[in-house]
Amino acid sequence: MASKKSQGVSPFRVMVRKEMADHIRSWRFIVLMGLIILTFVASMYDSLSNIRAAIGNANDPDHTFLYLKLLTTTDNSIPPFHVFLSFLAPLLGISLGFDAVNAEQNSGTLTRLMAQPIYRDNLLLAKFVSALIMVGALFVVLTLLMIGGGLILTGVRMEPQELLRILGFVMISVTYVGFWLSLSIVLSIKFKQAATSALTAIGIWLFFTVFYQIIVNLIIRSFLPDPSFLTQDQIQFYNEFILDLLRVAPNQLYTDATTTLLMPSVRSLGPMTMQQMAGAIPAPLPFRESLMIVWPQVSGLIGATVACFALSYYLFMRREIRS
Amino acid sequence: MKDPIIQLRDLTKRYGSQRAVDNLNLDINKGEIFGLLGPNGAGKTTTILMMLGLTDPTNGSAFVCGYNATSDPISVKRKVGYMPDSLGFYDHMTALENLVYIARLNGLSENESHKRALEMMDIVGLSSAMHKKTSTFSRGMKQRLGLADVLIKQPDVIILDEPTLGIDPSGVREFLMLIKRLSKEQGLTVLLSSHHLHHVQQVCDRVGIFVKGKLLAQGNIDTLSGDLFGHEGHVVSISLAEPISDPWLPEQELAQWETIKNISTNQKTVEFECTQNITPTLVRFLVEKGYDIMGVLQKNYGLDDIYQKYFEDKN
Repeated sequence: MASKKSQGVSPFRVMVRKEMADHIRSWRFIVLMGLIILTFVASMYDSLSNIRAAIGNANDPDHTFLYLKLLTTTDNSIPPFHVFLSFLAPLLGISLGFDAVNAEQNSGTLTRLMAQPIYRDNLLLAKFVSALIMVGALFVVLTLLMIGGGLILTGVRMEPQELLRILGFVMISVTYVGFWLSLSIVLSIKFKQAATSALTAIGIWLFFTVFYQIIVNLIIRSFLPDPSFLTQDQIQFYNEFILDLLRVAPNQLYTDATTTLLMPSVRSLGPMTMQQMAGAIPAPLPFRESLMIVWPQVSGLIGATVACFALSYYLFMRREIRS
Repeated sequence: MKDPIIQLRDLTKRYGSQRAVDNLNLDINKGEIFGLLGPNGAGKTTTILMMLGLTDPTNGSAFVCGYNATSDPISVKRKVGYMPDSLGFYDHMTALENLVYIARLNGLSENESHKRALEMMDIVGLSSAMHKKTSTFSRGMKQRLGLADVLIKQPDVIILDEPTLGIDPSGVREFLMLIKRLSKEQGLTVLLSSHHLHHVQQVCDRVGIFVKGKLLAQGNIDTLSGDLFGHEGHVVSISLAEPISDPWLPEQELAQWETIKNISTNQKTVEFECTQNITPTLVRFLVEKGYDIMGVLQKNYGLDDIYQKYFEDKN
């Protein structure tokens, strides 16, 4: 075994390489990439044409962060890039993962693959890692292009803090895609038909983006006491409670996290009392503080991803591989 | 030679209340070609999957090349090449790329994989098609590619699940001869499963008859037919030119012979069941009696009869 190993690289890396090559050559990835690039270019165009006004607005505490403004400014004709991404990232994750396992099973390659001396989990991990590398590379390339383009167009020096925030944004976006990717891999193990798993994944995505808020509102309204009889503290408590319920949805976590990172003046994601507001100067927070605010969101996203991944392990490890 | 490379002990697999494989004990020796024969749904594939650790046995153990297939499947898979019955390749890759990928997964380096893949293509006779996408391959070509794919890891044991399924007769023969040749040249142990008796008969040293999860009999074809038809001895059927009258005159005389156990007549043919092979004597006797003999058929029992016999018993 040792002598064989020393000649070649580990099977895992071979698999990741093959999966990445597959993604690059597939039409699916090309179409998705086109979609992402298109949205990126559109939102950049929109923000560039409004950047002068945004930077000149002295009332905005964030107006000095040119590159963050590039990502978030909009004249409301189209949403900014990170909001776009909260819709597109699930689509990206789902479409890269929905047929990860069942397509191999249906074409009969899974049995052949499993008859090779590789660990089963390596297959899942390779599927996951290769797609994430692709997405990560895509996002990093886009942001670097944006930064470079911004430098050339405006000549403004970039703050180290801005770079950190933008990289943080990229990291969180990749994690967010990772969550949907691992969810769709679970579904691809669970369902034999690729179409079923794709539809289920899209169903879950639609549920969280559209219906979840409506349902939470409906339920809360039915048993929420009349606010006029409540004390300030109780209202505060209910508000927090509703927000916490909404944060079960991964897209809410993502929006919270990216908003905080890209808008340094955001101090809290929940409602604040008058005492907390008193004496606060509307100024941007340091990067560390913003990171502290979004940390629960980020760990929630990572936690959900890991949970899905663990589930896929559980489903796949002891399963009978038969074509 | 008596060194079992595959050892199955009390191997059992239950799906709910149904027993797919029932207390299977089987030894396969190094270097032999063993045919696992059985109808569809007899549990052949399940047994093979358990040998590779692709599914867990409910009870019992499978040792392949000295490794326990359930607890140490990786070591087993390093030594064993497996060709599943429904063979699939990555359609968007060429045959050569498919092979190289499998070689790489077995820990070979890029160059080594490439070199060996070319060799294998040559062995199975696909050199001219190796740069074609596998989606364009015919069933027979895929089967050959599957064999190359199994051999590229230089296994000790190869397991072929229904390797002759869906290939035309001449292709089957060629394919089986290829397996036989490779097995002899490289000292491979081959386990092949099939429900086609004739295919198995052509190449296997030993066969096991497998029905409803149980191994009913094993051994080479002679032993099997001996076991089964021993009580019937030799059967000779002689066809005559004229229809046989009833009662047939020589029958009484022949019934006196000690070696003849039973005589049955049917239109133009007479069937003798004898304890010894007395065909020449019988022929001479009939010729002397003035009968015109059109044909003499000495019955040898093949797998077909063996197989049929077991199913009769079973149903």
